[in-house]
Order: sequence, then C-alpha cells, then structure tokens
Amino acid sequence: MEVIKIKGTDDTPNIILDKENGIFEISGRSLPEDVTTFYEPILNWLDDYQEEANSKTVFTFKLVYFNTASSKLILDILMKLEEMHENGKEVLIKWYYPEDDEDMEEAGEEYADIVDVPFEQVSYTL
Amino acid sequence: MDKSNVKGFLEFVYDFYRSMKAHEITLVYEGEITHQITKAFTSLTESNMAKESEANSVQKKVFHVMVECLQNISKHADSFGSDDFLFAGRGIFMVSKGEKDYHVTTGNVIENDKIEELTEMLNHINSLDKEGLKQLYKSQMKEGRLSEKGGAGLGFIDIARKTGKELEFHFLPIDEGSSFFLLTSSVSRNA
Repeated sequence: MEVIKIKGTDDTPNIILDKENGIFEISGRSLPEDVTTFYEPILNWLDDYQEEANSKTVFTFKLVYFNTASSKLILDILMKLEEMHENGKEVLIKWYYPEDDEDMEEAGEEYADIVDVPFEQVSYTL
Repeated sequence: MDKSNVKGFLEFVYDFYRSMKAHEITLVYEGEITHQITKAFTSLTESNMAKESEANSVQKKVFHVMVECLQNISKHADSFGSDDFLFAGRGIFMVSKGEKDYHVTTGNVIENDKIEELTEMLNHINSLDKEGLKQLYKSQMKEGRLSEKGGAGLGFIDIARKTGKELEFHFLPIDEGSSFFLLTSSVSRNA
C-alpha cells in the first residue's frame, strides 16, 4: 500500500500513514485553508486501508493546535477507525497532549466519549 | 488632494492614531480576510504576546479566538452589495489589549434575514454553562452540520468555551436589506 507522508507546516499537520511499518500519525498544527481538500486523501487512504488492515493499528494523534473546522475532520478519521474496530480489527488511539494543555487533554476526552474505540491519553512535556 | 485637503487628511491620520491609542488597539484591518491574512495576523499577535511574556495559556486562547473570528468573516460575511462594493469575506478586524483583557472584535455586513437565526444561536450559546457548551460542541460536531463553506457555529461555541465569557454582539442597520454585525470576545490576561 502507498505510504502517505506529508510534512507539516505552520498551518497543516505532519502526517505519516505507513501500513508496512505500522506507523499512523498526525501531529503538529491543523488549520488548513481548506480542511475538506486537505483531509480528503487521508480519509480515502483509510478507506483502502480498512480493506486490508494490519492485525493491530495504533493511531497516534499528537496535535498542539487544531481549529474548529479541523475538529470535524479529526472526528471523521476517528470514526473510520471505530468502524475498523467494529469489524474486528484491533485498534488503539493514542492521544498525546502537552502536559500543561488542559484544552488538548479535554479534546481527547471528548473524542473518546464520542467514538467507541480503545483510546489512550498520553501526556508529554514539550 | 490640494494643500488644505492634505492637511485635513494628515490631521485625520493623527486623530485616528490617537483614538487607536486611547482604545488600546494593537491591530486593525479592513478588507478581505484571506488565509494568508489570518496567518499573518495570528503570527504577528503571537510574537507580540511572546515578547511581552504573556502567559502561555493566554497566548493560546487569544490565538484560538483570533483564528475562529477571522474564519467566521472569511466564510460567512455576505457576498452582496452594489457594483462598487463586494462584501464577500470582508470585514473589519481588531485586536486591543487592555490592562485586564485582550479583546478581539470583528464587524461585517450581513443580510437582515440572517439576524434572527444568528441572534438565537448566540443567545443560546451565552445561556449555557461550561458543561452545556461542551455538550453542544460535541453534538454539533457529531451531527456534522458543516456547511459547504466549512463553518458550523462550532467557532462561536469554541470561542465561548475558550474565553469562559459571553459573546458580546450587536447589529447596526445599514439599509433595508443589510446590517453591520459586530462581535467582541475578551480573553482575560490573568491566566
């Protein structure tokens, strides 16, 4: 499967989707000019991945900022992972937040409430 | 401009400068709000706040509020007007810094028939407490009421959550069909 590697900028996140090496990660800042266009290839990739998913998928979110427009797209990604989980695949979401960032921690908790998928919160020091 | 006009104009500039100072305005802009403008304003304000050693949490809040306010204008300011003026995605944007708070203020033209819905939405948001806002945010995100333009009223809810304050807003009539919509949010400087 094709590997997606997008280098982050000051308004778009760093993204790695690599089935072979089992790396699935979105990190950095997300406030793209056009969220739908930006996240479309990611969602499409996940649709394809779902067909032939690894026996275990650990998906990492390590965002420091995202705007409200991105928040919906992040939920879309989580819902795809939820679907995978429902279809019997092992899925774990790791939600990293800077130790002093209550908002990012809370955002993780909220997503964990919405989607039914194993969800782990991990704090880190910047 | 002839000579007396020039003098009058320069006096106006000075008055403008003084009234900016009097209102502690650190940034003011009128025009089209593009993504580039959003990036420039937020990074300018970020570096100013960093220079002034503003608390991290305050910086983050101001950043959040600025982004959502700017996106509201770029996505929702109405696209109508005479041949001379196109209001789409345009508006006034201001940041001011008082002793206790930062204020982020936007103004843009909207069609009168949107006033009722907007008022209802803002009053509803203002009536909710922290938990209520959280639930509303979650349900709106789930329902995915993202318009084609990518807005969702999520921006307003997010501003209310991040600032912990009510959204102050006002409509001033322009003509039969349109009004000027003003919104101001404050971020407390006491982290």
